[in-house]
Amino acid sequence: MKKIYIKEEYCIGCRLCEIYCQVKHSKSKKILKAFREEQDIISRVLVEEIGHNSFAIQCRHCVDAPCVDACISGAMTKNENTGVVNCDENKCVGCWSCIMVCPYGVIKRDISAKRAASKCDFCEDEKIPVCVKNCPNEALKFSDTDDSDSNAENYTDADNNPGADSDNYNEVDAE
Amino acid sequence: MALKLRQSEFEIKRDEGKCIHCEVCVRQCSNDSHEFDEDAKIVSSDDANCVGCHRCEALCPTGAIKITAKEPEFKSNYNWSASHIKNIYKQADSGGVILTGMGSDKPHTIYWDHLLFNAAQVTNPSIDPLREPMEVKTFIGGKPDKVDIVKKDGNFKLKTKISPHLELSTPIMFSAMSYGSISLNACKSLASAAASFGTYYNTGEGGLHKDLYKYAENTIVQVASGRFGVDIDYLSRAAAIEIKIGQGAKPGIGGHLPGEKVTKDISSTRMIPEGTDAISPAPHHDIYSIEDLAQLIAALKEATDYTKPVGVKVSAVHNIAPIASGIVRAGADYIAIDGFRGGTGAAPQAIRDNVGIPIELALAAVDQRLREEGIRHRASIIVAGSVRSSSDVIKAIALGADAVYIGTAALIALGCHLCQKCYTGKCNWGIATQDPYLTKRLNPEIGSKRLAGLLRAWSLEIKEMLGGAGINAIESLRGNKEHIRGLDLNDRELKILGIKHAGEAW
Repeated sequence: MKKIYIKEEYCIGCRLCEIYCQVKHSKSKKILKAFREEQDIISRVLVEEIGHNSFAIQCRHCVDAPCVDACISGAMTKNENTGVVNCDENKCVGCWSCIMVCPYGVIKRDISAKRAASKCDFCEDEKIPVCVKNCPNEALKFSDTDDSDSNAENYTDADNNPGADSDNYNEVDAE
Repeated sequence: MALKLRQSEFEIKRDEGKCIHCEVCVRQCSNDSHEFDEDAKIVSSDDANCVGCHRCEALCPTGAIKITAKEPEFKSNYNWSASHIKNIYKQADSGGVILTGMGSDKPHTIYWDHLLFNAAQVTNPSIDPLREPMEVKTFIGGKPDKVDIVKKDGNFKLKTKISPHLELSTPIMFSAMSYGSISLNACKSLASAAASFGTYYNTGEGGLHKDLYKYAENTIVQVASGRFGVDIDYLSRAAAIEIKIGQGAKPGIGGHLPGEKVTKDISSTRMIPEGTDAISPAPHHDIYSIEDLAQLIAALKEATDYTKPVGVKVSAVHNIAPIASGIVRAGADYIAIDGFRGGTGAAPQAIRDNVGIPIELALAAVDQRLREEGIRHRASIIVAGSVRSSSDVIKAIALGADAVYIGTAALIALGCHLCQKCYTGKCNWGIATQDPYLTKRLNPEIGSKRLAGLLRAWSLEIKEMLGGAGINAIESLRGNKEHIRGLDLNDRELKILGIKHAGEAW
């Protein structure tokens, strides 16, 4: 399944992901209206920051999701086809068991509307989650695989490079 | 002292009807221009700190911010312009030299804009580059006086030994910008784009960071007056070596990277102690004549076993033609000339705006002089110093250049907004800074794609213009001054440029 991969080295801490997540989960879906007229919309993505290090994290949609096991009302389920862990806010009774077992701390209480747990739903009706789409520095990636290691720093394909046989130099970085 | 004579240069206009107090602007501004008031729950802005980099404007999700230039509130005076008055206030305050960044913004004649390119009509057909092959490949290096060929077993073979060359897929390279003056992410963007497009980037005098070793085949390493990071491994991990004598923005002036920018990484790359000022002396202390230069060129060629071209970069100054002649005779394989509008990370404003000559005139003069002396083939000419578009590239080539270096244009592709505050180290676009909060704003993955996009776009336009003129290879345009005409230029300028005025036929 596709996942959101975090590239913390490029997170600039602007928190636009949070803003667009809030808009996406507002009633109006319009940025000005959502922020001016609607109250306490919860962002399901969180930017964590210490010093210059920052990254945006949202539900990891775990393969073996502890929140699904912990849910007492059957609201939290994992869709076997898509792999998405979702919370049915009509079934949620607000016991917060999921919050206590979540290893990433990415489930939040939505006290304002209902007693329901609020978490990333992968923006079901969007092709690309809005946090990924609106990140100005591509610090979030939505893909099947984490390509950050395999192809690190080969930023563009070298297909049209006549003289690119740089393999010889990969070994030389011993210093 | 409460007396404040200096005025803010920019005005931050915030549309309160659109501001959602999300604080993106607050978090993005390294100059503390925006502030969130917890009690009033509003974002307020201080014009005095704004440098006009437009970062907040670009990232504001609702388009609530607009940065505009503030009209100076001085009584209008043709002689005492606002910039003169402001500079005097500034210097009376600080008692120091006025520093600035990027190239000169003064309204000197931009000759590119007075040159017009030709097109084919009736007597020779134009060529459609989408249907027919169009060659923009360029070789940089010395060419032999003549080529001897021998016939062996029915095949012709080259007898003359050709000196080492650089092969460029397009006549555009990235000019020297050191790691230190720009961030490592900016260097990575340039290196990766050069590698993917088959051209070259230049390390400047900042040494070669180990993350860039893998781009060795697309690297030109610089040997400058400070000799930072120069050892045999540095020289061998490059496709070409460039001796830097001068820089267009500050001819005759050395460089100074302040100690606070010499981080651990930069200190190991430049091979100097952490936290010490990296000072490039104004002259090379071992070069006081053309003969001294010849010695260094010979030493570098010997050290690298004659496997790579060695070039010399000089700024365009009044005597550039004889200087270039000397450089070619000293054995350089290419000469890079940097015009006075060339960029810089930091230069005294007085020097940047008043020293040197425009690259267009320097190029034409050098090309002409080398031809007259019969040594033009012995070295390639690369020009730099504000090449702003594909049409500037093609005009440069018609005036006699083999290739161009782009620096400012490349940085603009990476997001630079020409605020000219590179020397503060607070670049909000993550380019001219070493602050870890700011450098990560430039994702080399994005940067590299944008630079490759720029090279591709310019190459396409160059092919279009070549085709329009009925030329199918950039080689045929090189130094072909019949393909350009001057507009609004006087006789002396036309003579130096070696071109006819618009309207004059063959």
